[in-house]
Amino acid sequence: MLALSRWKIILVLGSFLFGLIFTLPNLLPQSALQAVPGWLPHDRLSLGLDLQGGSYLLMEVDTNALNQERLTNLTEDVRTKLRVAQINFDSLALTGDVVSFHVADPAQYDQAYKLVAGQIGGTLQGGGRDVNVSQQTAAQTISISFVPQAAKAAAEDAVTHSIETIRKRIDALGATNPSITRQGANRIVIEAPGESDPERLKAVIGKTAKLSFQLVDESLSADDLKAGRIPPDDEVLPSDDPRAPYYVVKRRVMVDGAMLTDAAAGHDENGQPDINFAFNGMGAQRFGEATSENVKKPFAIIIDKRVLSAPTIDEPIMGGSGMIHGSFTEDSAHDLALVLKSGALPAPLHMVEQHTVGAELGADAVRAGQISILIGAALIFIFIILAYGLFGGFAAIALVVNGLMIVGIMSLFHATLTLPGVAGLVLTLAVAVDANVLIYERMRDEVRAGRAAMAAADAGFSRALVTIIDANVTTVVAAVIMFNLGAGPVKGFALTLLIGVLTSVFTAVLITQVLIGWWFRAFRSKTLPII
Amino acid sequence: MWPLIKLLPTKTHVPFVSLARLFATLSLLAVIATCVGIFYPGMNLGIDFKGGTVLEFNTGARTADLAKVRDAVNGLNLGDVQVQRFGADNDAVVRFQTPKGADAGVVAGNVKGVITKALGQVTFSRMDVVGPEVSGELEGKGLLALFTAVGLMLIYIWFRFELQFGLGAVVALFHDLTLSFGLILFLRLELSLNLIAALLTIIGYSMNDTVVVFDRLRENRRKYKRMPLRELIDLSVNETLTRTVITGVTALLALSGLAIFGGESLRPLSIVLLFGIVIGTYSSIYVASPIILLWGVRRDDEPAKPIGPQPANALRP
Repeated sequence: MLALSRWKIILVLGSFLFGLIFTLPNLLPQSALQAVPGWLPHDRLSLGLDLQGGSYLLMEVDTNALNQERLTNLTEDVRTKLRVAQINFDSLALTGDVVSFHVADPAQYDQAYKLVAGQIGGTLQGGGRDVNVSQQTAAQTISISFVPQAAKAAAEDAVTHSIETIRKRIDALGATNPSITRQGANRIVIEAPGESDPERLKAVIGKTAKLSFQLVDESLSADDLKAGRIPPDDEVLPSDDPRAPYYVVKRRVMVDGAMLTDAAAGHDENGQPDINFAFNGMGAQRFGEATSENVKKPFAIIIDKRVLSAPTIDEPIMGGSGMIHGSFTEDSAHDLALVLKSGALPAPLHMVEQHTVGAELGADAVRAGQISILIGAALIFIFIILAYGLFGGFAAIALVVNGLMIVGIMSLFHATLTLPGVAGLVLTLAVAVDANVLIYERMRDEVRAGRAAMAAADAGFSRALVTIIDANVTTVVAAVIMFNLGAGPVKGFALTLLIGVLTSVFTAVLITQVLIGWWFRAFRSKTLPII
Repeated sequence: MWPLIKLLPTKTHVPFVSLARLFATLSLLAVIATCVGIFYPGMNLGIDFKGGTVLEFNTGARTADLAKVRDAVNGLNLGDVQVQRFGADNDAVVRFQTPKGADAGVVAGNVKGVITKALGQVTFSRMDVVGPEVSGELEGKGLLALFTAVGLMLIYIWFRFELQFGLGAVVALFHDLTLSFGLILFLRLELSLNLIAALLTIIGYSMNDTVVVFDRLRENRRKYKRMPLRELIDLSVNETLTRTVITGVTALLALSGLAIFGGESLRPLSIVLLFGIVIGTYSSIYVASPIILLWGVRRDDEPAKPIGPQPANALRP
């Protein structure tokens, strides 16, 4: 007997209502959607970037550069501390990832060791120091290196910090609904829908924006420079200043961008774009001291190891604010102010993957997807009704409910529909029909084996079910693997396929069962229309 | 006349197994050809797997002057640059590799610049950049995904059926996978993540189809204990034939809409899927089942008996 228990009917009606209610927002125009009462769902399918247009960027935090910088800082820290303690040392050097130096005066060796062991480096989260200090007494040298966990913690910090900074920058650019997520150990995914100019987005995200003010070393002669005789506490930096292609500057940073509280694009007295900045209290104090000690000397304004300009200090600057001149355009001044204000990235970011789709191309894809789904569905309906008549019609009804359920579930869980996902949807329709074909063919077998119509129909459902489940498990397995494999679009395909297989087994088996049950009850037929 | 299902004979008696030798030879030749093709001329890897940049642009009302674009981009010394029309006359696509050590984003920006300079205002409708770090990983992940899928299918079918069935199914799976690669080679399609997804789907479908035939085979084996395996296979394939045909046609109809109206970027995916449906159906009949015949399968009343060396007429009842 095709027993139509109450729960089956409730389940069928429930799934139909569920599909309808949650699919509806996708079918209504925006204006009509606003008129829908608040207790009904309003969420639409979220379209992937390949359908709505936008940019997917995968950025990698340069952990090598980060480590190199930490080691350089460590070296400079050792140099400063030893000098302050008036310890006589030489051959301070960074070899590989070990900083080492030689204590010139044996009497100071123990003092040097205590100083380094006590004051150099920081503490790790969870206790312990982040550096290893070892002494080679015979050679009178001391070496310092970071412990392995320190590099990991620093990278971890850098990624977290980078994500915050990127978020600030993207918000300031005014992108709509960007998503910024960590991927793996040192990667960051940025998905920005609708961004018309990915180049600008990339430029703003990728700029490290380390700002520093350093004194220009004027003592060096042109000959020294040519011969490469650069003092160890100087460095040569390329410049954007039209007056000089590069500058020799002191390594010591007078003030850096970490103490900025504000930066904004403005104009100088000649109407040229420039950047106004302001320091916090401590920055202002340091800036004041540094400028008053070095009046009439030029100091270089440096961003990411490039000199923007090197003005001469006319008088001490005590207020903690100033201007940066450079060869800016309106846009570049605006973007530079934006990144300065958001703070520097802790380490350089490199773009390793990008996918950008223009909004127009996305709209074309949506149209093409809609047409192919409609045509695919229409062909299936015509074919299945031609092949199985009334029962084919039942299968077609189940297919419609299936479509509603898939779209409803995807809208409810904010699953993203991508272009390959559309292909998954089409394929799902075919898989759903397969379940019905298996059932109907089994019914025909049972009739041929001599069963009465109703018993055959009943057996068709129960005996085909094993095969249906068996056959669909394989698709589920493939879809799960696919989901774990890929980036956005392929994931979308896998997800649609997965949801589709689950709903299609449900609708193809249960909905047609209820419909056929009702049909038997209404017409009391002694034969099946598919024989 | 209607429903059409009545037109199909209720009982077909196609002697599938007797044609197995012929088709096995054809399949084997196709598999060998594909294996050769994988080495020479080799797969046409897309940027997902070899890295590089694809830039698609639209010139609006004008026709895209490809020669100009080629000259302009070649001026940047990027090595092998491909410039092609993409669908309409005003759409073109440029592919190139990022030189070693250069920043992929910067190079892509430069290419955009020279194209705009050469052609005037153009709309860049799509840009995909995959760096060498990522493409290497994706290649590994893609292969791993395919192997995991095949492995899990083997475990599943072994769990549900017996080892011989599992072997048959997996040989069929490799057959379908190889020939799908063959199609990709033959049509010079670019191997992308999308196509790997298509291949995984084919693995699922091929298995699905095989499982349906095997289910029937297992059932008939219990029903007709004395029937020789060869006839048992023919019977099971014939009994499931209507289903095979109707499901296959449904899938082909649905996907052909996608292949024709789905746009340029979905076309490779739909073509590979269409082929996979056909080949998956074929392999259930001509690869999976004959393998069982070769190996033999344990019957409740007799030990496993390979039938190879026996004369063919000895098998007839």
